[in-house]
Amino acid sequence: MKTSKLMKTIAGTLLFGLTLAGCEQPPPETVQRGYRGTGMEHLANPDTLTELVAANQVPAASPALPATGPKASEVYQNVQVLGDLSVGEFTRLMAAITEWVAPEQGCGYCHEGANFADDSVYTKRVARVMLQMTQATNQQWTDHVGSTGVTCYTCHRGKNVPENVWALDPGQAHAPGVYTAMQNIASEAAVYTSLPYDPFSPYLEGDESIRVAGDTALPTGNESSIKQTEWIYSLMMHFSDSLGVNCTHCHNSRAFANWEQSSPARVQAWHGIQMVRSLNNDYVTPTTDWLPAHRKGPQGDAPKVNCATCHQGAYKPLLGVSMVADYPSLSRNTVAAAPVDEADAPADDTAEPAESEEAGTASE
Amino acid sequence: MEYQNIFTQVQVDAPDYAGVPIGKDEYNRSAVAGHSYWMGKLGDAQLGPIYLGPTGVMALLCGFLAFEIIGLNMWASVNWDPIEFIRQLPWLALEPPPAKYGLGIPPLNEGGWWLIAGFFLTVSILLWWWRTFKLSQKLGMSNYLAWAFAGAIWLYLVLGFIRPVLMGSWSEAVPFGIFPHLDWTAAFSLRYGNLFYNPFHMLSIAFLYGSAVLFAMHGATILAVSRYGGDREIDQVTDIGTAGERSMLFWRWCMGFNASMESIHRWAWWFAVLTVITGGIGILLTGTVVENWYLWGVKHGIAPAYPALDAMPVVDPMVTEAQ
Repeated sequence: MKTSKLMKTIAGTLLFGLTLAGCEQPPPETVQRGYRGTGMEHLANPDTLTELVAANQVPAASPALPATGPKASEVYQNVQVLGDLSVGEFTRLMAAITEWVAPEQGCGYCHEGANFADDSVYTKRVARVMLQMTQATNQQWTDHVGSTGVTCYTCHRGKNVPENVWALDPGQAHAPGVYTAMQNIASEAAVYTSLPYDPFSPYLEGDESIRVAGDTALPTGNESSIKQTEWIYSLMMHFSDSLGVNCTHCHNSRAFANWEQSSPARVQAWHGIQMVRSLNNDYVTPTTDWLPAHRKGPQGDAPKVNCATCHQGAYKPLLGVSMVADYPSLSRNTVAAAPVDEADAPADDTAEPAESEEAGTASE
Repeated sequence: MEYQNIFTQVQVDAPDYAGVPIGKDEYNRSAVAGHSYWMGKLGDAQLGPIYLGPTGVMALLCGFLAFEIIGLNMWASVNWDPIEFIRQLPWLALEPPPAKYGLGIPPLNEGGWWLIAGFFLTVSILLWWWRTFKLSQKLGMSNYLAWAFAGAIWLYLVLGFIRPVLMGSWSEAVPFGIFPHLDWTAAFSLRYGNLFYNPFHMLSIAFLYGSAVLFAMHGATILAVSRYGGDREIDQVTDIGTAGERSMLFWRWCMGFNASMESIHRWAWWFAVLTVITGGIGILLTGTVVENWYLWGVKHGIAPAYPALDAMPVVDPMVTEAQ
C-alpha cells in the first residue's frame, strides 16, 4: 500500500519534471563573451539557430563585369546617382536590385514602360534615395556596419518594402481624454512588455538622451525619471529582440550604464543609434512629401528604419556575410563627374515630376 | 495517521458556533453562513460569522471605489471594449501623473484618477488595519497581527506616498497594473543603478527567502511530530512533551541549535516583518539619499572589480567623439 503511494509520488514528480524539461529542448548553446561569473554570454537554441541560418542565406552574386567602357551617364539619361558606373556594372546592379527588391514585378516596379529615364513612378525616386542612403551607410557609418556593409538585400530580402519598418504608432483606440502615457497595451514594438509602444521616434528619429542612470553614487542633480527609464527600457527591448541577443550582448547587467564593463558591441550599437537617426532624418523622412498614402504609416509619416530593419533577428545582419564585396559600387560615391547636367543633382530635386503621384500608384 | 499526508485528511467541522459573546457589538457580527466540505479541506468547514463593523464596511467600500476607479480607467484605455479589456488586462494600467505636475493636483485624466484611487486604497488599507487592531483587542489578544500588517503598510506607503513626496513628484510612484508595476520595478532599479547593491534590498531579500525557509521548516517539523500531539504547540511552550522534545532534538542534532516552541514563532514573525521594513527603508533611500547603488557599492567596497578582457576596456563613444 505504502509502496504504491511512493511509486505514484515518484511517477508524478518525474512527469512534472519532464513537462518542465520540455519547455526548451534541446538546451541552448552558450558562448562566453565576458568575464566568468558575469553572465555575459550568448545563448543560442540549436533549433532556432538552424532556422536563423536558413533565413539568412545570401543570394549568389552574378559575375562581375568590367569597369571599362562608356559610363552609364553617357549612355542613359537621368542617371543621377550611379552615373559613374560602366554600362556593364550599371546593368548588373540594376538586375541585382530587381532580384533583391522586386523579383516578381521586375523592372516595371520602378520604371515607366518604354522610357526608363522617366521619374514619374514614385518607386524609382524612392530607389534613388535608397541608393544614396546605402552608399552613405557604407561610407560614413563604418563604425557600425564595418567593412561588411549593407546592400538593398540586407533589408529587403526580396520584398518591395522591408519586413521590419516602423511608423508613428497612434496607439490603440481609447475613450476620449484618457491619458495612456503611450504605454500599457500589448504591443509588438515593446516586445509585449507594458513599456511605451513607440520607443523609436524619440531616439531613432529624435535625439532624446538615452542616458538616465546617475553617474555618481549620491544625488548630484540628475532629474531623469522612472518614466524616461521605461521608454529607454522599451528601446533596449527592441535592440535585444531585433538582434536575437540578451542584455549581456552589450552590457554587464550589474551596471548597465557603465562603459568600462560593457562589451565592444555596445560601442557599435551606440554608432548604430546615430546611424539610424541619420538615415531616418536625412533620407527617409524627406520622402514623406511625395510618398503615396498607402506607403505611409497611420499618422501619414514615411516608414522608417530601426534595428530590426537590417538585423531581422540576427546579431549581425545576414550573419555577417558581406554582399558589398560583390557590389562595390554600393560603398562609394558613383555620381558621374561633371559636365553631365544631372550630375551632382541632390536628392531634393528628384521631386521634379510633380504630376507623377497617380502614375506611381497605378504602377503598383 | 490522518496527518501522514501532505494534504490534510481532517475535516474540522462542528455544529454552528458563532464564537464568544461580545455584548453590545453583537450586531456587527453576521450569522453563520453555512458549512462547506471543500472549505473543510483547506481549514475550518464553517463559514462565518464575519465581524465587519463600521471600519470593515468602510474599508470594503473604499477598497471597492479604488478597485472600480482603476478598473474603469483600464477599461476606458481600451475604448470600453470588453474583449480587449479581458485580453489585455495584464498590460493595462492606471498611471500616476506625469512629472510636470510635481506634487500638484493634475487633471483627472492625467493622473487625477490615480491620486483618487490611491487615496481610497490607502484609506481602505488603514481602516482594515484599524480593524485588525480592534478585533485583536475584542478577542483579548495582543497586537502582533496589527503590527505585522503595519510593516506591510509601511512598504506600501513608502512606494506610493512617502518617497514620491520626498522626491517632489507623484510621477515617482508605482502605476496600478499587473505588468506595468513589474516593469516599473525593473525601470526603478535601472534608473538608480541596480537595486541589488542596496544593502536594505539585500536584507529584505534575505528575510523574504528566510521567511519561506522558516515557514517550511516549522510547518514540516510540527506535521512530523503531530503523531505525538505536536500540533498542541502552544501547550508545549511550557509543557514540552514528547512531540516538542523530538522536534527540538531533530534540529539540535541537525544543526546544533534549535528554536524553542515559542521562539520559532518569533523567528517567523520577525523575518516576515523585517522583509517589508528593510524593503521600505531601501526604497526610501533610493533617489533621495543614494543616486546609483552600483557606484555606492563600489565606493563602499561591496562591488568587486573584474579584470578587463582582451577586447576591453571599452570607452564611452561620447567621450571619444568629443575629442
